Amino acid sequence: MNAEAIIRSIEAEQIKDDLPQIYVGDTVRVGVRIVEGGKERVQPYEGTVIAMRNGGINESITVRKIFQGVGVERVFLLHAPRVASIKVLRRGKARRAKLYYLRDRVGKATRLKQRFDRPL
Amino acid sequence: MSVGILGTKLGMTQIFDEAGNAVPVTVVQAGPCVVTQVKTEQTDGYAAVQIGYGEVAEKALNRPKLGHLSKSSAPALRHLREYRVSNPSEFELGQSITADQFAAGELVDVSGKSIGRGFAGYQKRHNFKRGPMAHGSKNHRLPGSTGAGTTPGRVYPGKRMAGRMGDERVTTRKLSIVRVDDERNLLLIKGCVPGKPGALLSIAPATIVGQQVGR
Repeated sequence: MNAEAIIRSIEAEQIKDDLPQIYVGDTVRVGVRIVEGGKERVQPYEGTVIAMRNGGINESITVRKIFQGVGVERVFLLHAPRVASIKVLRRGKARRAKLYYLRDRVGKATRLKQRFDRPL
Repeated sequence: MSVGILGTKLGMTQIFDEAGNAVPVTVVQAGPCVVTQVKTEQTDGYAAVQIGYGEVAEKALNRPKLGHLSKSSAPALRHLREYRVSNPSEFELGQSITADQFAAGELVDVSGKSIGRGFAGYQKRHNFKRGPMAHGSKNHRLPGSTGAGTTPGRVYPGKRMAGRMGDERVTTRKLSIVRVDDERNLLLIKGCVPGKPGALLSIAPATIVGQQVGR
């Protein structure tokens, strides 16, 4: 077994195989495990995927939403145990890989067109 | 048991701990090593254990080395290194040393050869500040003054200058072991270790200042 295969096998224990197919521009709901006063609960976080990073166990998405008039971006490691669930709510049409331009837009301009050719 | 182990750096990845935090780890193939010589106070004046690692073809080694290895009936091994121990009678020739002597949570010192950077300048080698890049400045990456003038009339020894950087033995101290894989002799060490993947590493229990470990 070569070095790369050994490292892959270590990662394989923690890689989730039930992740949905996510694309940049999608609207997703991420269930985040948080511990509050010794109790664990799952908090939903909903927003638009504006960036994705591949890389095996290091795979991550950046989810942006506007909360109380303030833009919030969170980066989730998809394979992290803290990410309890991910659900794609809406497929959006994006013409580039990183939607950082959405940061400079407010209101209606932040909307993305919905696309219907990809299944949810 | 305070003897260290030799291993090969395989690469880095990250794993998630119980709390769900991502922990950066280096995967190290540690051993199996063979005890090739036991040095005692009586015979050698100090107590140490020499271990060997890295099996190679017999023709790759010269006859003196093969003769030395045959005393412990070890296979042809590329690397030999000794570790000081307090009680060498615990070890016997030909004994195999594997990764399971370490446990998760233990602190270790990892030594190896750092990545060679060739002839490196002041900024890279000694973290000098650079000069202004614009406004007519022609001093971009120059060293500045190297000392006084006519007195002393020379540059003092030890003045930090450009030169060969890296490719020297360095030790990263007090790294914690995240996981031990007994079956495949793997160690997962938190953080980074010297060298590139494939580099030879020496992993020894951490030397804590003010604490005599295994002496």
